Amino acid sequence: MTHSQLAGEAEITSATTGAHEHGPTDLEIRLHADASSRLPVLVCYGAAMVWLVVGSLFGELASLKLHWPDLLSRDAWLTFGRIRTAHLNTVNYGWGSLAMIGTSLWLMPRLVHAELRRARLAALGAVLWNVGLVLGVGGILGGVSDGMEWLEMNRWFADPWLVVGGGMIGLALFSTVAARKAEHLYVSVWYIMSAFLWFPMLFLLGNWPSWSGVESGAVNWLFAHNVLGFWLTAVSVGVAYYFIPKVLGRPIYSYQLSILGFWSFAFFYALNGMHHLVGGPLPTWMITTSITASVLMFIPVVATAINLHMTVVGRFGSLRYSPTLRFVVLGAMGYTAVSLQGSFTALREVNRVTHFTHWTIAHSHVGVYGFVTFIMFGAMYYVLPRLVGHEWPSASLIRWHFGLVLAGIAIYVVALTWAGVAQGLALLDPKLPFQISVERTHWGLVGRSLGGLLMTTGHVVFAWHYWLMLRGRQPARARPPFHEARPILYTEAATEAAAAYRKESAVGAARSER
Amino acid sequence: MSRVWLLLVGAFAALSFAIVLLVLVPRALLMRVEASPGLMPYTTSELQGREVYIANGCVYCHSQQVRDPAFTSDVERGWGSRATVPGDYVYDRPHLLGTSRTGPDLINVGQRLPDRNWQLIHLYDPRALNAWSIMPGFPFLFTEKAPNAVRPGDVVVVIPGPRAPRGRVVVAKPEAVALTDYLLSLKRNAPVPTSATARERTAGPLAGGMSQHDGTARPAP
Repeated sequence: MTHSQLAGEAEITSATTGAHEHGPTDLEIRLHADASSRLPVLVCYGAAMVWLVVGSLFGELASLKLHWPDLLSRDAWLTFGRIRTAHLNTVNYGWGSLAMIGTSLWLMPRLVHAELRRARLAALGAVLWNVGLVLGVGGILGGVSDGMEWLEMNRWFADPWLVVGGGMIGLALFSTVAARKAEHLYVSVWYIMSAFLWFPMLFLLGNWPSWSGVESGAVNWLFAHNVLGFWLTAVSVGVAYYFIPKVLGRPIYSYQLSILGFWSFAFFYALNGMHHLVGGPLPTWMITTSITASVLMFIPVVATAINLHMTVVGRFGSLRYSPTLRFVVLGAMGYTAVSLQGSFTALREVNRVTHFTHWTIAHSHVGVYGFVTFIMFGAMYYVLPRLVGHEWPSASLIRWHFGLVLAGIAIYVVALTWAGVAQGLALLDPKLPFQISVERTHWGLVGRSLGGLLMTTGHVVFAWHYWLMLRGRQPARARPPFHEARPILYTEAATEAAAAYRKESAVGAARSER
Repeated sequence: MSRVWLLLVGAFAALSFAIVLLVLVPRALLMRVEASPGLMPYTTSELQGREVYIANGCVYCHSQQVRDPAFTSDVERGWGSRATVPGDYVYDRPHLLGTSRTGPDLINVGQRLPDRNWQLIHLYDPRALNAWSIMPGFPFLFTEKAPNAVRPGDVVVVIPGPRAPRGRVVVAKPEAVALTDYLLSLKRNAPVPTSATARERTAGPLAGGMSQHDGTARPAP
């Protein structure tokens, strides 16, 4: 066993199973931590579920319109350009961001061994965030848009709510870290804390009303790419770093790799944005800088991939028993896939085919869905029972959710990637009229609508299950839905973890009954 | 790591470096860029049309940029006679460069399709002109009136073919007229001076790699 593994093991031991000689046990620390974050996490998750379903419906309608253009075209608010934009803003700032904020609020007290500070302020912040979203998305549907992709919500009447609400949530997180009792900061803390610093910086920069001409293009894509990188990706990678070792009861593969991965991620990702403008009217050195940084992303991506995947290697069988692990491990694979695809797409020779095509939309869904959303599904499956004090009511609803969204995203990505390549090759051949580039995408677009329909159905199943869970009418269970009498991990650690789990859920159930 | 301040300072430095390099330095360099020859500021109506363009999300399917002919077929496709340069966009606030070509590029649409009536018909119902088009119609930018309700001054749009509304006359609302004004104003095709100093004025200093943007299309490889 190498030194790095020992270091990682010490870390995970202190974060998960180790017992202190003095003071509260880790189980008590976790119970206090979970109790302290309960209110704001439930507010965030509840709103996230609503935005997930609403955002999916917007997305599905926008998708249908691309092969059925006369569908609902008589009303301005239902036109493609507004529905597509409403989809992007609801799923990113509603579903993704609120699921991530909720998970961060739940995770941080556990990671730093302190109760969540200013929990009610954080809950109020989440409410304000939602007010801003309703105003911003309502504005978009009503034809009020700031005009830059990912920054459409009105900067005067919608965005300030997000700034103030997000600020309250950030204050709660930062003051929790300041009051920490754990000396060491686990790798998840690095990613999540940085994300809560980066996002406000980016949001203020992007919405600053002083950009014009091509520099507004540069700001637009510096913002939009870094919202993917420094917000959605950073928090989701941090969450994956928590759940994979946590559920497996196994230390992360290498502490050194997580350091390398984090700092190379921070310095290379920040420079990626201009690869959205390859060939565009910006000074070429800017675009070349971003292409170079995009290729350098191999370093953090491979480091993180080795770290997360090697932690799972040899334990893939355990994916059967934990929906959390299933979603988070697939999400981590999605991260590796989308990142390598992104580096490859930034290369000029590839980009001249894929730029301006549906390929990009497929790519972004591998990232925001196959990676971020999957990790958030996994997190919610783990967190919610610990907040409401009983297990998910139905194993089959979890299976349906998993199967529908996995089949949906697979069909979505294959169909749309194929459409994008066909479109790109047609666009590149000046002998083919433009019409050909449209006609060749038809079946890919239809396939995307089918995939989107499956995903949306999966979301409705998940939301329904969530609702059943909150109503809590089912008998309390002693075991999670996929628990087996003889788990594949028949080890001492697994037995201990199972015992701890039973104790934890019994205490949780007792608390919720009070 | 066990120091929060070190983490946050490092994270701040990473993003700040990118902002300086990709936003502040270009801003300083591009500050002196002048409008391309012949480019005029938008009129009030064109600006109103630009707002309609933004409000209805045209940018999600239409780009507004011509790329280097050595690298793409944009010029051969007839979307412009030269690659566009920063000087073409000095009046754009915000930019509408776009990242999708589900529909064709529009930066020179005012030159390619200068017929106002064609533009209005196409906005009302693209499939009245191109059966294969997947662009949505924008009937909400028009009113449909009984023939005897048409007043002098109304911009009447005659929709050809079987998709025309029966017994009704289509009249463009001011939004549709403004949007058409904006579309017809999109012409960024005037030759850019080729001397080094003059090019710097429209393309910006340090615009390395832009030397091919002199309007000469190369044959496809």
